[in-house]
Amino acid sequence: MTSIDHDATPGSPDALRPILSVQDLVVHFPVRGRGLLGRTTGTVHAVCDVSFEIYPGETLGLVGESGCGKSTTSRAVLGLRRATSGQVLFEDQDLANLPPDRMRRLRRQMQIVFQDPMASLDPRLTVYEIIAEPLRIHGVHKEDRHQYVAELMRTVGLNSEHGNRYPHEFSGGQRQRIGIARALALEPKLLVLDEPVSALDVSIQAGVVNLLDDLQRRLGLAYLFVAHDLSVVRHVADRVAVMYLGRIVETGECEELFANPAHPYTQALISAIPIPDPRKERERRRIVVSGEMPSPTDPPSGCRFRTRCPMFADRLDDAQQARCRQETPELAERGQGHPVACHFAEAVPVL
Amino acid sequence: MPSTQPEEDHGPRAVRVTPTRGVSARPAGQDREFTVEARSQGRLILRRFLRHKLAVASLVVFVAVVLFAFAGATLWHYSYDQLTPDISAPPSLRHPFGTDSTGIDLMAMVMRGTQRSLEIALFVALAATCVGTVYGAIAGYYRGVSDTLMMRFVDLVLTFPTIAVAAILGAQVGTSAGSWFFIGIILAALTWPIVARVVRGSVLSLREKEFIEAARALGARDRRIIFGHLVPNVMGPVIVSVTILVAAAILSETGLSFIGFGVRPPDTSLGLLVSQAQTAVSTRPWLFYFPGAFIILIVLSINFIGDGLRDAFDPTQTRVRS
Amino acid sequence: MSTAATTGEEVLVVEDLTVSFPTDDGLVQAVRGVSYRLREREILGIVGESGSGKSVTSMAIMGLLPRSARITGSIRFRGQELVGLRESGLNKLRGSKIAMIFQDPMTSLNPVHTVGYQVAEAILAHNDVSKAQARRRAVELLDTVGVPNAGQRVDSYPYELSGGVRQRVVIAIAMANKPDVIIADEPTTALDVTVQAQVLDALRTAQQETGAAMVLITHDLGVVAGQADRVLVMYAGKPVEIGDVEDIYYRPRMPYTLGLLGSVPRLDASRSQRLLPILGSPPSLVNLPAGCPFTPRCPIAQDRCEREEPPLVTVTSHPHRAACHFSQDLAGVRPHDLFTSTSADARTEDHPGRPSAGEPTGEGDLP
Repeated sequence: MTSIDHDATPGSPDALRPILSVQDLVVHFPVRGRGLLGRTTGTVHAVCDVSFEIYPGETLGLVGESGCGKSTTSRAVLGLRRATSGQVLFEDQDLANLPPDRMRRLRRQMQIVFQDPMASLDPRLTVYEIIAEPLRIHGVHKEDRHQYVAELMRTVGLNSEHGNRYPHEFSGGQRQRIGIARALALEPKLLVLDEPVSALDVSIQAGVVNLLDDLQRRLGLAYLFVAHDLSVVRHVADRVAVMYLGRIVETGECEELFANPAHPYTQALISAIPIPDPRKERERRRIVVSGEMPSPTDPPSGCRFRTRCPMFADRLDDAQQARCRQETPELAERGQGHPVACHFAEAVPVL
Repeated sequence: MPSTQPEEDHGPRAVRVTPTRGVSARPAGQDREFTVEARSQGRLILRRFLRHKLAVASLVVFVAVVLFAFAGATLWHYSYDQLTPDISAPPSLRHPFGTDSTGIDLMAMVMRGTQRSLEIALFVALAATCVGTVYGAIAGYYRGVSDTLMMRFVDLVLTFPTIAVAAILGAQVGTSAGSWFFIGIILAALTWPIVARVVRGSVLSLREKEFIEAARALGARDRRIIFGHLVPNVMGPVIVSVTILVAAAILSETGLSFIGFGVRPPDTSLGLLVSQAQTAVSTRPWLFYFPGAFIILIVLSINFIGDGLRDAFDPTQTRVRS
Repeated sequence: MSTAATTGEEVLVVEDLTVSFPTDDGLVQAVRGVSYRLREREILGIVGESGSGKSVTSMAIMGLLPRSARITGSIRFRGQELVGLRESGLNKLRGSKIAMIFQDPMTSLNPVHTVGYQVAEAILAHNDVSKAQARRRAVELLDTVGVPNAGQRVDSYPYELSGGVRQRVVIAIAMANKPDVIIADEPTTALDVTVQAQVLDALRTAQQETGAAMVLITHDLGVVAGQADRVLVMYAGKPVEIGDVEDIYYRPRMPYTLGLLGSVPRLDASRSQRLLPILGSPPSLVNLPAGCPFTPRCPIAQDRCEREEPPLVTVTSHPHRAACHFSQDLAGVRPHDLFTSTSADARTEDHPGRPSAGEPTGEGDLP
């Protein structure tokens, strides 16, 4: 299986430079009215001033609830969605200024695995055709295509003899493995994993999580792991960025962030996730947030979380509340050991 | 990889491994043992189609009509332009469908007419499908202003009354030898928007599917996405709409020929035969009934085949049979 | 655990329930003999993966299965047999004595009526009260389940509300007639975690306010751990283990239960702890082979398992039962004793959708 191994040893100089660098990314969508030309009636502030870096061989977990902009961020990273402003640099190349042909070549370096393994595989193609498609598009592995695809299938734990079958003949976990094999075909350096195990049953998702872990070790891949499930992220990520309503509210080393979450939203998120242990689960103290995420067409001023923030509601005085309303908190180190975007950040062990 | 696998038995749960390449069809029995779904989509569709008894019967009828018209014409000892001594003979063993006032064998004419009608209908279906599919797929894939403009044009074409336009244009072409071909083109030009609409509708929902985004993420060009992924996936609804088109084309051709703007003598078509027989309904009814019956037979059978195909392609038909 | 599990009258008794559906491929045996007893005020968690028959069981109780479904066995609500009961009889119970909460609140709410109207309608259907009284009660109920500004929200249409508020409206409707049993089928699966916590609170409130017993169906072992008194684990249409929540989580005696517990990513465990997947995938419920359906995925399966399907038998204490020939050997066994942290898809690779024993691995076919 040496032919799909990369030369990304941890000690190489590549490890020092981020493979992906996102700087002040902003993605807005116009909300259009109906009709032939459709006047713009509003703006969805999907992603606001998001910055992060991913280094070779590491996993950044991007977590948040639905509508927080994590998926839009992942699409912008891949150049599938145009950034309104800000930069996405892949190995120092700015995606925004890349001519289409260069962009297509760059796609070999970064690939995506989707959430729904059934929807992301063309039902009319056989597994072989699906995995071979990227090779065909980029005209690589022309001579040894069959062997190479068979090898990819084995790499992801599939029987290489099932290449002539159709996706619907496979179980959910196997379909996701097909999607992973397709993403690996071009030997990318970065994989964007968009909720790769959310649609799978737990007993099967564990195998896929382990597979991703093994592949990363073996191939030196960098992962952007987008998920809503913090417990999965805790298992896969080296670093975590928590998003709320288009902004990163807290980021840090995985262990550190789970041990000492400093943003009230992170604390609420961690404390809301049930633990499959009856005694622990019943003894836990919950940090409850009220309501639901406001619409991204009209985000609250200042701190976007203040409308649901238990600290804002219960513990801050008028002057402090005014600050939350008026001043957008910077994502910065505030003495908690990692950057957090809250004026009154305070690390609280939740687990 | 070896082209065959040794068949080993590994206890009650073992399954024989089928080779990947070389053999495309795999033994069904082995697959069935372990999963209910181990069938290609084509086979699932075929299976559901075969369950539709009326559609299967119609398919048999349709194939019989095609064989009768094309194979029959080469075997039958009379030709559609050959005069026989039997003038205005009623159906008999010699002339199963009878003859007309000039002594031409009606069965030979019906064979020829059916050929023409089917040729026109199939040409229309093919041309309208190709044009409509590409047009609809492009409009649906690119959306936006181009889609809006393209679909308004489709709406415009659909406002044309088919028979009237075909009649006027058909008259311009005149009595050239290939006139059935021109009728085909005219009908196709007026019916492709129906296919375009169906395709665009399907593409609009398909393009949001993740496998399209996956192809884009792989760096696939638009052409590949449209023709490699979108078009194959809309073939179901397209095939269904084509059956409707074929039936409609046969009726249109009949109508045109009936009012004198379609196929002209000495060539013949089912519509022309019916038209020529209109004065003879009471005196020599066979001249009217046989071609009429063939029109009904063809149109009905195609409609039922379409019904069967629609049910077979409809994914909601999968599981439970009540 | 609460004493409700052992005392209290039995409100719902399900005995040897089977449900099958005829399909193109043969008879799908969705439920293959489910039995349980639900006592007053008790919360029974039913866990299982997709296709384990956990939802079909509840649909059978509610009489909501399609006509093609073949149901045998017995479902008794306070002694009254529900299997074979006519629609009119079921309608008297549905919504008043037995209430159901579905995964997607949008499907159980009518989009053309205000939520207040729908709550009031549920009250009016089974109570002799005036419309004004029903409306007042509707506001009260919405307030109880934590709908903010219930007085105003009562006039909203479902599409104007967020998913969490909608689900709370459904819970309000469920508790409108003080049911004896609430069946909640994946009530929080479609919701975000912070909202899930709110809805679980609302569900808890509804259960306590009405004094109802609850069947909580979910695939989330964390939710069950926090809510249920007793847990029923289902696999391939059958209960494979049932017991008090602590028995199931701390003293599981069925390899599948152990496998589930080992494969869940836990917030209280970090990356260094690898997950323990169960290899293979659940079997098809058509033409299920003889023997224990978990055999192909089971790390301790023996020849006997392929021949004989183990019955659900008492393990130690009375309420804890497991369906495994070797449940006595599993005392004190933890998931990592049985399962390995592999990344493979099946123990051996031979066939999509179904693993099997004794096949050569994929390496054997290299040129």
